[in-house]
Amino acid sequence: MSAVLETNGLGKRYGRKWALSECTLAIPPGKVVGLVGPNGAGKTTLLHLSVGLLRPTAGSINVLAGRPGTTPSQLARVGFVAQDAPTYAGLSIDDHLRFGRWMNPTWDAKLAEERVAGLGLDPRQRAGQLSGGQRAQLALTLAVAKRPELLVLDEPVASLDPLARREFLQGLMEVVAEHGASVILSSHLIADLERVCDHLVVLAGSRVQIAGDIDELLRTHHRLTGPRHDRHALPSDQQVISESHTDRQTTLIVRTGNPILDPAFSVAQLDLEDLVLAYMTRAAQEDRRPKLEVRA
Amino acid sequence: MIEFHLDSRSGVAPYLQVVHQVRQALRLGLLGEGDQLPTVKDVVARLAINPNTVLKAYRELEHDGLVAARPGIGTFVTRTLSDASLAAHAGLRRELLRWFAEARRAGLDDESIEALFRDGFRAASTEDVA
Repeated sequence: MSAVLETNGLGKRYGRKWALSECTLAIPPGKVVGLVGPNGAGKTTLLHLSVGLLRPTAGSINVLAGRPGTTPSQLARVGFVAQDAPTYAGLSIDDHLRFGRWMNPTWDAKLAEERVAGLGLDPRQRAGQLSGGQRAQLALTLAVAKRPELLVLDEPVASLDPLARREFLQGLMEVVAEHGASVILSSHLIADLERVCDHLVVLAGSRVQIAGDIDELLRTHHRLTGPRHDRHALPSDQQVISESHTDRQTTLIVRTGNPILDPAFSVAQLDLEDLVLAYMTRAAQEDRRPKLEVRA
Repeated sequence: MIEFHLDSRSGVAPYLQVVHQVRQALRLGLLGEGDQLPTVKDVVARLAINPNTVLKAYRELEHDGLVAARPGIGTFVTRTLSDASLAAHAGLRRELLRWFAEARRAGLDDESIEALFRDGFRAASTEDVA
């Protein structure tokens, strides 16, 4: 099967600043993808490019083997919930569903009504009177009722309280289990991503730092601690993601598919949060490093 | 029917936690032959976890010959892990709890109790082998 999202050297520039650069990704279908990275890393830019709200400055992007947002049928295949789950404050829930039905050729009215009923919402209520959690659920309902093959969500749970957040993710996972859509969502909450995602993309400093299946990432990253150690002594198949030293001890985060045999180090598993932080820290350090070094 | 829960700080992969919980329920007699496991949709709707996680766990249990999927209906237990020893569990558990209480009265903290328990367990296992 072809990739849900495929980018090649994708870049987006605003004025002189590149919000996203040299982004090359291939995301297989049927995944729930977590997109993480610091603020300003280019997450929203990448999501907006993937739904066709932005056009690339460089490179190419294909979503479900088509150009994002170029044809009505392409638009129908992708559901999108923008940051802060925007709805029309003056329109009722019913109005939103009717609007959705007129705008979308593949609209599933039964699914929409069942979800609204399941949430215990009164269809006559105006969106402006809903709580943050309810509004997010309404936005999700509109996005899933068009029965998309890909659902794109920009920080859907960032502003929600823990209960509303859990309920939102429960609803989202239920939709995935029942209808099998692929999902790309951005979030800062790694504990949430660990539950719901099976694929991860770390974006920092406008570049993709790492991307892959979460199980695979956790299997191939290790924390090594041992006596102070010269990194040049490491085998060539071990890629050092981060290192820190005290006068006695060296701690390394290393990526390798092979077993680590060096008896000088004790080897521990990384959790997802540490893994993400290691890549984010590395990107931040590279950003601060004087550019002179490049000439060496 | 059983309910799953996830410990996000345990460091154990979520799918393995589901596998362990089913095996545990089978061992303790909470699940028996013919019982249905929660549907994938029910599990994800309750735990807010990725459906693939549940599918992976159920596939592993199926591979171990413990459950079988009936397409369109659900996943059912085909073999149990509890045996004749189940009847003895309650009494043994009572004695174990009494032992824990005694250890605590003697002033042992959690770490010492666990160390002593493991040590005793290991000693008993090697005696069995010998």
